[in-house]
Amino acid sequence: MEMINITIDNKPVQAEKGQTILKAARKAGIEIPTLCYYELDGIKLENRPGGCRVCIVEVEGRKNLAPACATEVMEGMVIHTHSLRVVNSRRTVVELILSDHPADCLVCPKSGKCELQTLAQRLGIREIPYQGAQSTYRKDMSPAIIRDIDKCIMCRRCETVCNEWQTVGALSAVNRGFEAVVAPAFEQDLEKSPCTYCGQCLMACPVGALSEVDQTRQVITAISDPKKTVVVQTAPAVRVALGEEFGMEPGTIVTGKLAAALRKIGFDYIFDTDFAADLTIMEEGTELLNRISRFTQGDKTVKLPILTSCCPGWVNFFEVNYPDMLDVPSTAKSPQQMFGAVAKNYWANQLGIKREDMVVVSIMPCVAKKFECQRDEFKVDGNPDVDFALTTRELAELIRQFNIDFEALPLEDFDKPLGESTGAGVIFGATGGVIEAATRTAYELFTGKKLEKVDFNELRGLEGVRSATVDFNGTPINIGIAHGLSNARQLLDDVRAGKTNFHAIEVMACPGGCIGGAGQPFHHGDFDIIRKRHAAIYREDAGKPIRKSHENPYIQALYKDWLGEPCGEISHHLLHTHYFDKSKHIEIEG
Amino acid sequence: MHLLVCGGTGCNASKSQEIAENLKSTLTDKGLGNEVQVILTGCFGFCEKGPIVKIMPDNTFYTEVKPEDVADIIEEHVIKGRKVTRLLYTDPENKQHVADSKHMGFYKKQLRIALRNCGFIDPQNIEEYVGADGYSALAKCLGEMTPEQVINEIKLSGLRGRGGGGFPTGLKWEIASKNHADQKYVVCNADEGDPGAFMDRSILEGDPHSVLEAMTINGYAIGATKGLIYIRAEYPLAINRLLTAIGQAREYGLLGKDILGSGFEFDIELRYGAGAFVCGEETALIHSMEGQRGEPTFKPPFPAQSGYNKKPTNVNNVETYANIPIIINKGANWFNKIGTEKSKGTKVFALAGQINNVGLIEVPMGITLREIIYEIGGGIKGGREFKAAQTGGPSGGCLTSAHLDTPIDYDNLIAAGSMMGSGGMVVMDETSCMVAIAKFYLEFTVEESCGKCTPCRVGNKRLHEILEKITKGNGTMEDLDNLRNLSRVIKDTALCGLGQTSPNPVISTIENFYDEYVEHIKDKKCRAGVCKSLMQYVIDPVQCVGCTACARNCPVNAIQGEKKMTHVINTELCIKCGACIEKCKFNAISIC
Repeated sequence: MEMINITIDNKPVQAEKGQTILKAARKAGIEIPTLCYYELDGIKLENRPGGCRVCIVEVEGRKNLAPACATEVMEGMVIHTHSLRVVNSRRTVVELILSDHPADCLVCPKSGKCELQTLAQRLGIREIPYQGAQSTYRKDMSPAIIRDIDKCIMCRRCETVCNEWQTVGALSAVNRGFEAVVAPAFEQDLEKSPCTYCGQCLMACPVGALSEVDQTRQVITAISDPKKTVVVQTAPAVRVALGEEFGMEPGTIVTGKLAAALRKIGFDYIFDTDFAADLTIMEEGTELLNRISRFTQGDKTVKLPILTSCCPGWVNFFEVNYPDMLDVPSTAKSPQQMFGAVAKNYWANQLGIKREDMVVVSIMPCVAKKFECQRDEFKVDGNPDVDFALTTRELAELIRQFNIDFEALPLEDFDKPLGESTGAGVIFGATGGVIEAATRTAYELFTGKKLEKVDFNELRGLEGVRSATVDFNGTPINIGIAHGLSNARQLLDDVRAGKTNFHAIEVMACPGGCIGGAGQPFHHGDFDIIRKRHAAIYREDAGKPIRKSHENPYIQALYKDWLGEPCGEISHHLLHTHYFDKSKHIEIEG
Repeated sequence: MHLLVCGGTGCNASKSQEIAENLKSTLTDKGLGNEVQVILTGCFGFCEKGPIVKIMPDNTFYTEVKPEDVADIIEEHVIKGRKVTRLLYTDPENKQHVADSKHMGFYKKQLRIALRNCGFIDPQNIEEYVGADGYSALAKCLGEMTPEQVINEIKLSGLRGRGGGGFPTGLKWEIASKNHADQKYVVCNADEGDPGAFMDRSILEGDPHSVLEAMTINGYAIGATKGLIYIRAEYPLAINRLLTAIGQAREYGLLGKDILGSGFEFDIELRYGAGAFVCGEETALIHSMEGQRGEPTFKPPFPAQSGYNKKPTNVNNVETYANIPIIINKGANWFNKIGTEKSKGTKVFALAGQINNVGLIEVPMGITLREIIYEIGGGIKGGREFKAAQTGGPSGGCLTSAHLDTPIDYDNLIAAGSMMGSGGMVVMDETSCMVAIAKFYLEFTVEESCGKCTPCRVGNKRLHEILEKITKGNGTMEDLDNLRNLSRVIKDTALCGLGQTSPNPVISTIENFYDEYVEHIKDKKCRAGVCKSLMQYVIDPVQCVGCTACARNCPVNAIQGEKKMTHVINTELCIKCGACIEKCKFNAISIC
């Protein structure tokens, strides 16, 4: 790496050739404020349109101010990041942004976590000298994501994430000048766009222009209703991130406190989606083995590879983009929906109550889950298997509303029977986890041998596309893994073209899998937070006494008492689903 | 004998096509079809008095010709050899008819290099272009010069980009030539967007082959085999003529594989723009051509490094290209003797506003504003006093009477707080309000901003709002401070050339016409009588005879009064439309 000498704020600094001023300054410990700039280094995603002009700096010998995020350092460059000229201009630029931004911070979903708010405070802005017209735009309410575009500051982060990392292409800049906003094509509602509801746009949004649909009020109403039995399930990734909302170090495992908090809020049964994850492995693993054995017996109709179907953003993506391959993914429902089906059919029966009197709430690291639970095929006579899907952030809000001192909570257990899970269920929260969990079970079922080493390190990691071959006692099983829909698209295009020999592919839409989901606490582009959550997921797994789904005694009991066998009659009816061609779902009106 | 009929867009709209057809059919009827040729040419530039018919070889210059005048022109001039005096240009000074274009003040000080063939040849006939030394520069480059020599010649000529920035053209070519890639592109920027500017359109309509030839030379010089012309779709005539010219050039082997047997390959295609001003900025232009949103990106990388389809791309403006063939033919040393020390050659200006001779002119760099306005432009309309000239389009600034004798070139204009831009020149007199002018240009940039960067998207909007407030009589002296600070910050922080220059009209009008701003703010007065909110219509009771004409014509019934009694305007109802003043025969209504 060629190093060059520059001066930043009178301090001699060595910088890498080709580096931006922003990165060189950060490395030298000099903080330059930014707004539109957004980087997730772990997935090589960078948004630097150079549009907000907050990171402008003075470069000696240059006529106008330079955006630090986009200007490369040059030998001998002399840079001032906070000169009088810079401070005045930066302040004016932020005042201009604020002059076209609704001042409804009191009720804004991003309040307290808003990067514009933080910036305005940092620059000491107390009044806005440039008052004038305000942009107005209709509010767009989709089943999962709200677009409140009056708040859009044209940072383009959402557009970059949607187009580059997800290749969904639901968002792009439209209109010009003061009317410019980011919107779906032809300014359609999100619901009529190819949006998958992965929510990475709202995760990237520095302000409150994009947010998730808030369902906390409905959940409180349900809990308050004495006629309703409210059952809650929490997804694996929630327990490694929720603590961040209460000032804990990222990667802190808060499973026990999470169960205690849910109980304090007043849910009737505190269950675990991890249980349903174990159930998913039983169904999906069996389906995989069935397909492989049929394939090896020469059945030409069998589709390989099998694709995982836990991730609702991914399911939405292939329904729009790969309608010709709808018979390729596993038919197994996602753990959230399997849990809902078990709760409303089995558990309600056990309690002797009608399904209408049971409310199932899920706590999810995800925004697309809100859409998933509203799908018609997951309803019985209009009554959904899962009534409300709250995000990790919404749960944190509930905990604060109920004045629960989270850190002081004791460690409690989930309720039985639907709260017991294995380490295999936990790792569903990280990219590669579902396939690793499936491998642990499928190996033993396929070979009839005990798996000595349950850790498949070759399936772990944060590379966008990974592949590995696992030896099933002489039979090589080829596995592909992708997180990020751009990476999934790459794998799926190869599958479509017949260029791969995978037996199974796992896809997660979000960076790092569910741990980087759009329902999680905001990471503001700090990928280390995702790395820490990732490590925590595998720590939680390692600490579990049982680490293979099929060894979960409560899963075994469920099959014995009710389901019969994996992929059997009841399973087929309640735990499996089918997919729809949604390529024409996108409406284009004149 | 040749009858040259202007076929530019302006004259075209005033039936020049019909005039040409009438001339042809009348000549045929008279049996002169073979002896006298009628040619539909490009623009003569003297748009004020179009449609123009010029008779060669004696340079007789007929103005404001109508299809009905054709009979006289043929009968009198062509057959009898007598000039049709009523169609000749009348000198506004001495009221004398001017017999030919050489004696017209409008042309005397002009030097037509880029426009050399406009109004001279038939743009739709490649042979006419070849007859005017066309494609000889290309032949010279391919046959006698290495690409390096071509670049050196252009560097030595001192030619600077005519699109606005004034970047040295030869240097630009050299940078593009040094970036190696499997494919390079040459792009002609024909996205002319300054309000009132039409030199690029005129060149493309009047001399399309000169641009094709120049682009091919450019391709040879930098090692590109593909050329693209980004042209606004609102220029149908220019598009048609370009398409015709490209077809002819291909047919003659001047585009395509193995041009003139040299082994060099080059071809040109058109790309249509939707008319966004910002797409004249080269990175935005490239994104638009790629099918992306037309918005600028940060430079570097410059197009010469990573342009169209991420390949090295050289972008030049139409007028720049029009200069290339003649530089190659006549040599850099011929060209660099014209103009000033750092601005060589000529510049085409679109002359507009309160000036007698509105039109397109080409003058050597270093000419003074006074020469342009009073000699070429024929002075201010109605003999009024010159107040300011706005140059450089919406991003330019205003020159005042203090600058009348400043030689016009790139650097002097910037020093005077304006810029060359693409060559718009709007002349203003005392009837122009400088605050309203600044507001007008800001309205344009607000409309045309792409919205990508904050200072341009929001800042320009706020500038416009403050100007609006001042012209409505609600301004404060603090607003003036805000205007200045905001203008400075926008210039200092905006992403592209549009935003970095958009406050120029505000800065230069505050600088040069500070008193007018203060009058609007403190005295609530607009001395030019432009800002309606600051005006009041009043009826002088002494002059008013009570004829009721004003009251009958007032669209909002704001005027009351009995017949033969003094009338009164209710200022609260009055919308200041001016209908009453027009109807009053007794000069009883005034604005104060």
